[in-house]
Amino acid sequence: MIMSLQVSSSPHIRDTVTTKSLMRDVIIATVPAIAASGILFGLRAVLIILTAVLSCVLFEYISRRIMKRDNTISDLTAIVTGILLAFNLPPTIPFYMVVIGSFFAIVVVKQMFGGLGNNFVNPALTARIILSIAFPNDMTNWSALRGAFHFVDSLSGADLVSSATSLAILKTQGLEGAASLPSYLSLFLGDKAGCLGEVSILALSIGALYLISRKVITLWIPLTYIGTVMLVTGLVGKDPVFELLSGGLVLGAFFMATDYVTSPVTRKGRILFGIGCGLMTAVIRLYGNMAEGVSFSILLMNILTPHLDKFTMPKPFGEVKKHGKA
Amino acid sequence: MSFIQAFSGGVHPKGNKNTHDFPSIRLDDFSSVEILLQQHVGPPCACVVKKGDHVDVGQLLGRADHPMSVPVHASVSGEVKDVSFVISATGAPVEAVIIESDRKYTVAASCTPPSIGSREDFIKMVREAGLVGLGGATFPVHIKLNPPKGSEPDVLLVNAAECEPYITSDYRQICEHPDEIIDGILAVMKWISIPRTIIGVENNKPLATGILDHELSKRRLDTKKDTNITVKSLKTIYPQGAEKMLIYALTGRKVPPGKLPHDVKVLVMNVSTLRFIGKYMKNGIPLVRKRLTLDGSALNTPGNVNVPIGARIPDVIAAAGGTKEEPSKIIMGGAMMGFALDRIDCGIIKANNAILVFGSREAKIPPESPCIHCGRCVTSCPMNLMPTGIDQAARLQDTENLEFYYVMDCIECGCCTYSCPAKRYLTQSIRNGKTLVRAERTRVQQEQKLREAEKVRLAEKEGRA
Repeated sequence: MIMSLQVSSSPHIRDTVTTKSLMRDVIIATVPAIAASGILFGLRAVLIILTAVLSCVLFEYISRRIMKRDNTISDLTAIVTGILLAFNLPPTIPFYMVVIGSFFAIVVVKQMFGGLGNNFVNPALTARIILSIAFPNDMTNWSALRGAFHFVDSLSGADLVSSATSLAILKTQGLEGAASLPSYLSLFLGDKAGCLGEVSILALSIGALYLISRKVITLWIPLTYIGTVMLVTGLVGKDPVFELLSGGLVLGAFFMATDYVTSPVTRKGRILFGIGCGLMTAVIRLYGNMAEGVSFSILLMNILTPHLDKFTMPKPFGEVKKHGKA
Repeated sequence: MSFIQAFSGGVHPKGNKNTHDFPSIRLDDFSSVEILLQQHVGPPCACVVKKGDHVDVGQLLGRADHPMSVPVHASVSGEVKDVSFVISATGAPVEAVIIESDRKYTVAASCTPPSIGSREDFIKMVREAGLVGLGGATFPVHIKLNPPKGSEPDVLLVNAAECEPYITSDYRQICEHPDEIIDGILAVMKWISIPRTIIGVENNKPLATGILDHELSKRRLDTKKDTNITVKSLKTIYPQGAEKMLIYALTGRKVPPGKLPHDVKVLVMNVSTLRFIGKYMKNGIPLVRKRLTLDGSALNTPGNVNVPIGARIPDVIAAAGGTKEEPSKIIMGGAMMGFALDRIDCGIIKANNAILVFGSREAKIPPESPCIHCGRCVTSCPMNLMPTGIDQAARLQDTENLEFYYVMDCIECGCCTYSCPAKRYLTQSIRNGKTLVRAERTRVQQEQKLREAEKVRLAEKEGRA
């Protein structure tokens, strides 16, 4: 009665969650921050994000073609990388730099190491660091602008008002600069100078809540990361709430540090990863010669991830002996 | 309700308990059966019938000579057509007795209710009944009931968790025969002298819990004595019914890897195994029939059936209503741990508790993609292992790293593969890894032996010189 039967190893059923569905959720979670950057910085911000996404997808497509491998643009990871890269760029950045950044993220960091799952550092973050070293002026050309009502002006850059980020003000001017610091509320809503995606804590929080409710990320890394930064800065007498609401901490903690590929798989590993990121961010912010340290600290912890995983491997259920083998 | 302790990890596959409410149907219309002479974990039985013999239901077919073996009996009355080797569901060649049924189901004269006077009698009776653990592992029950000195169980755990999706045969067992289940439990408690019993049922089966509770209170009223049997509700999570997870949930004890339940003074028995003991003490007919769940998208009428052991799967499917589409995959056992068959006309074995017949959509297995390191396999592993690490080591055939990741502790429950968003074949890869490690261990042992032999040889040579 039956000619051919499919034979496979158990289990014979699978969960509905796929790599693609997870990436789709991450993209959905970035929508509030994309909208916020459009409102705060104007159409130019949206165009930067679009440029980053398109160039990332294109680079992914071309490099897979050249390497004669299955094309993977349909897994949506290149889109996520594009969005996150754009989130880490200032709104005034020239468009060609965005393309250069995308090239580094996708071709150098991701595909040259074997594609999805094999990159040992976060592509978007590494690209941002490369850009900020190569083009230090353009990468710190912050502008506080009201873009929402000046779409056309903002395209030409005429309306841009040069400004410094709140962290930079605090760093260079110390407490004397405190008067020119934005209030908690404007920091929370995003009315401040900064990178495209990092400014609106409100928008990022909505996205983060979505990621948590969809079980895309767990809270271990974000909580330990943010907690450590607030604790350390608080201990040395800085304002921890200001540290939380300024710079790329929230973006980094919820969207960058939780990148699956470059963060640990064990719970203990994730906690250590978060604490490590937090300590380094705090130290750079407090004592480094840069105002912000989120990218560098996540990058450094990315490199430690394989070791954290091995070091924090859980003890099997009921296992009593240790690894007693010589 | 009493406390519910759960292991960490596990997954929540869709229950698909479509056949919950369908009473079991007895199917008898089989022209021939194929009965394997090895339906337990021990060595095969020695055949005691030959071609042309007439056999009755319950008559001995295979004699168990090895202490780990369990005898096999005829499930139909009729003529032995052949005794030959066939390929079993797991792919191993096994000797089988093929009987042409006369459809009369005449019971052999030797089947009489057993008389038990001692613990030894009881254990002997259980073995002669051909009983193996009916939860699926087919561990001989007579071995379980006779643990080594010093590890006598202080509690009997009855596994009625039934955590596998689709399967409802244990549930139907409880609904239809609660009295015989309790009889079986009381017999084991009496003869093996175990003071108390806990029955574990997942909390998605409140009716089963209620029926058992009702039966127990009836007994209490009748005998005016406490039965020392309690029913506990367990969290519904796969693999709650895995032996180690069940023991932990019901007693808080953890069985170390490579150890057995008796090492933590626990005896675990499946609810269907106990029901069989209860029934056998009444009619003396050995284990010749099996209740199983038939389900899957390709079937016309999913349900629970009671069939003679050895009935061929296509005959069972046809007798139970047939298929509505060409089956693409037939699974012996559950969707999480069952075997996909490549030979369809296998006979039902003692361990079977379900046959799943998947249509093309259900059978489809997604292609593998690269690991994205999300950690879902690690979170879902009930044994706290790191499946992604084992997978990597197995594909590199790196036995040192396989041991580092405790590959041998894996219980092959399938949670990692189920939860993997990249759809990697983790469980399969881990099984390969286990094979590699076993081979490596054997090689190392062999080498050691050879070296020692060489040493002895050299010493002798020197002695002579």
